[in-house]
Amino acid sequence: MQKEGQIRIPSGCAISAVISKSGKRMSGEKIVSSMVPVHDRSNGLGGGFAAYGIYPEHRDFYALHVFFDDDVCRADCENYLRERFEIVDAEVLPTRTMREITDEPVIWRYFVYPRRTRLRALQVDEREYVVRVVMKINSTLKGAYVFSSGKNMGVFKAVGYPEDVGRYYRLEEYEGYSWTAHGRYPTNTPGWWGGAHPFALLDYSIVHNGEISSYDANRRFIEMFGYRCTLQTDTEVITYIIDYLVRRQGMTYEEAAHVIAAPFWDTISHREPEERERLTYLRTVFSSLLVTGPFSIVLGFEGGLMALNDRLKLRSMVTGHSEDGDRVYIASEEASIRKMDEDATGIYAPAGGEPVIVKVKEGRRAAVGEY
Amino acid sequence: MKRVVVNEKWCLGCHLCEYNCAFSNSGMKDMVKALKGRDIFPRIRVEDGGDITFAVSCRHCKDAICVKSCISGALSKKDGVVTIDKSKCVGCYTCILVCPYGAITNDGEGAVQKCELCLSTTAGTPACVAGCPNRALTLDDDDIETADARG
Amino acid sequence: MGVEFIYPEFEVVRNSSRCIACRVCERQCANEVHSYDPDERVMLSDESKCVNCQRCVSLCPTRALKIVKSDCTFRENANWQSDTIKEIYKQANSGGVLLSSMGNPKMLPVYWDKILINASQVTNPSIDPLREPMETRVFLGKKPRSIERDEGGKIKNNLTPQLELSMPVMFSAMSYGSISYNAHKSLAEAATRLGICYNTGEGGLHEDFYVYGPNTIVQVASGRFGVFADYLDAGAAIEIKMGQGAKPGIGGHLPGKKIVGDVSRTRMIPEGSDAISPAPHHDIYSIEDLRQLVYSLKEATQYKKPVIVKVAAVHNIAAIASGIARSGADIIAIDGFRGGTGAAPTRIRDNVGIPIELALAACDRRLREEGIRNDVSLVVGGSIRSASDVIKAVALGADACYVATAALLALGCHLCRTCHTGNCNWGIATQRPELVKRLNPETGAERLYNLMTAWRHEIKELMGGMGINSIEALRGNRLMLRGVNMTEKELEILGISHAGE
Repeated sequence: MQKEGQIRIPSGCAISAVISKSGKRMSGEKIVSSMVPVHDRSNGLGGGFAAYGIYPEHRDFYALHVFFDDDVCRADCENYLRERFEIVDAEVLPTRTMREITDEPVIWRYFVYPRRTRLRALQVDEREYVVRVVMKINSTLKGAYVFSSGKNMGVFKAVGYPEDVGRYYRLEEYEGYSWTAHGRYPTNTPGWWGGAHPFALLDYSIVHNGEISSYDANRRFIEMFGYRCTLQTDTEVITYIIDYLVRRQGMTYEEAAHVIAAPFWDTISHREPEERERLTYLRTVFSSLLVTGPFSIVLGFEGGLMALNDRLKLRSMVTGHSEDGDRVYIASEEASIRKMDEDATGIYAPAGGEPVIVKVKEGRRAAVGEY
Repeated sequence: MKRVVVNEKWCLGCHLCEYNCAFSNSGMKDMVKALKGRDIFPRIRVEDGGDITFAVSCRHCKDAICVKSCISGALSKKDGVVTIDKSKCVGCYTCILVCPYGAITNDGEGAVQKCELCLSTTAGTPACVAGCPNRALTLDDDDIETADARG
Repeated sequence: MGVEFIYPEFEVVRNSSRCIACRVCERQCANEVHSYDPDERVMLSDESKCVNCQRCVSLCPTRALKIVKSDCTFRENANWQSDTIKEIYKQANSGGVLLSSMGNPKMLPVYWDKILINASQVTNPSIDPLREPMETRVFLGKKPRSIERDEGGKIKNNLTPQLELSMPVMFSAMSYGSISYNAHKSLAEAATRLGICYNTGEGGLHEDFYVYGPNTIVQVASGRFGVFADYLDAGAAIEIKMGQGAKPGIGGHLPGKKIVGDVSRTRMIPEGSDAISPAPHHDIYSIEDLRQLVYSLKEATQYKKPVIVKVAAVHNIAAIASGIARSGADIIAIDGFRGGTGAAPTRIRDNVGIPIELALAACDRRLREEGIRNDVSLVVGGSIRSASDVIKAVALGADACYVATAALLALGCHLCRTCHTGNCNWGIATQRPELVKRLNPETGAERLYNLMTAWRHEIKELMGGMGINSIEALRGNRLMLRGVNMTEKELEILGISHAGE
């Protein structure tokens, strides 16, 4: 049977997220619990979390979380890494042995920074350098897979139900200002940990519920710019699109949202002239990055979150906030929000294509939404 | 005023209108049975002359001279359409002589015949208009008077 | 007669029990097949002149006529088929190059028919185009590689001129001369009403049609017929024609007898002179020369129009496309080997070039591998026959399609493939005034409008089935396609999986 990456596997999902606008750190306990009421949106074939602000002591280094098939692969990969990075710290990622989680790969965590000489020789910036190394490992080094590569953040994922995955990775021991969670319902049994979500590149992480119909159009376009979609998942390609638009094109998150979930031409035609020109421009120039088909995504990035639905809102997604307004919640179902905060208020279903952007400290930054 | 008008720019001179007219006025259901082996007496005629062809039929003039000249009251104007009551026609052919368009003809049975817009034969469009392969014929439904309709 | 005799290809079957001798067939046949015998009061036919254009069949009011293939046969021979034998006889009779019209009729693979389209089931909802927006608008032209901002941080509009189409289909080049005034007018009028474009071909633009400029692509071909400043300024885009799918590698020849009146004036050549388009552009012997012409045309039009370079699909088309993409062209049009023509040497039409499906797949892949796919738009033609062909082309990577034969069929063409005789009974491929008037452009434009509207509905239905509500999300989306009955190599070139995979 073909595994993830050799074949495209559609899946349904549950997502949830929480962020503290004042940057207050929260343990992973709540976000793990938010996945309990939506247990049936997953089928035990993938769950995962992304956490921001969890490595303050190593905030200046890229934290690489890596799956290895075995220690031979690990040795190869470490040689490869050592040539390209200064490795500040390397350790086994702490996990808990549980009946519910089996077939574990070897999982390590590295804190690294790029070797300056190589960086200079390549004439690229530091982040581009990290992207290239991660792409190279994931597409060419057999038995090694980097699934988290940002600074002061980390992705934790596995084959299993998300609430079990959370306990497995001991997420209650981490504290972050922003968390996202994902439970997966793939229509196949790939049984590969790399295929679970969130999918991440640098500090961008995506949790996604949906099956995008534009997948191959998006993939074949984005692969022109050095990205390699080795997993054939929507989440992977959306992450690369965000990286391309925000990091490489220098767009704001809102502009990126207007590319990915571009308004209909008819909607654009009713906007004020300047706005009309801007939206027409974005849609025309980046037409191959329009994402169609159902999706609800939460994009995590350093200092914020963005939630976005497809243009027709073909997947459920609601937002809400704590009574004091500090915490913003996003989830597939309100039940997940209630589980995190019984008193959550301002429950709101963003319209299709309407980005909800929440940033730490800067406060309200939504296009139309409540935050 | 209703009448069939031709745009000679698109008239191909195929004469199909004549056959469709003859068939429509035959009262029969099958064109072959109606027209095979017979000479036809259509109420629309295609004028062939070198490079230009065009079909002509009754203009249904506002002040129709044929109606005025009819000695037996067989021709009359009803709802803008010049009609013939064959039971009254005595075959004097005055109307044929006065019609400036040559749109009235002998029906071969002692009376005259003319285009009555297929009002008594088919509902809606006259057969010549419906069957014109190049939309040269149309049913005009305005009140513009024919330029030279003296009558 | 004797050794030169070739038995007529068709038989005119007249049902004498139905024929009313109305003589419509006689009047409508420019080939003079039918005649009337006043003594016997019956219609006669000379089938040796019949080209099977079906004009008489279509106009016979009693359905008394049909044209059938003659069953007078040579002795069966799998190697020497009757067409081949007849061609030998014709050449032995005349000593000339055989001429043909319209696209390649041979039994060569039509890959569109081996490609199947996907639809959503369960994991992803299909979308009902009657209830939800379904977008088919496309913009053709170069897209900037990166965004730029002004001092205030606003995104600057650094987009070069684009060709906006309401759907990814255009009418491809057919010159005034090869087709009639009324055929051109029908195309221009329909393109305008549809919000798409038609293409002048290399015969210039008749003065009456300048009003259709915003929906006109003006072509510059090797003969430069009718090209001058106003002509270039009139169009929405300029197309440099390097080649044509029906006759790659050779030019065109419109015989002097078609260069009459307005055709002569529009082409800017004397009446009665043959219009000969050279095989190459004599100012383009290499890719760097093409770049000069592209920029000459842009200079001439103040960089206000996108420039299209049209080429025939030949063996190394991917490399050629890559070269064109770097020449400054905004759009590449590729014409496959089944593309139509008003006249081409039979041997060339039937044996030169490659299928558009493979050419498109190869070019799209190559441009992506080189990272320059967004620098140009790809338009493909050469036998796009239906909405599903359009969908398949877009999913393989095309931005839009060119259709010509389908458009001519809508205008009445019955594919008798004798355009080169100039006796088109449908008023399309002729300059004889009595034949030209047979195509009433009001009817023609309406039928073209109907055809494209029908295709647009079908395109939307097919997209909706796939769960795609905007055509750009289909472009290059090869996962939406599966192949049947193909070799590994064919699938590899098309970049699609086999059905069941």
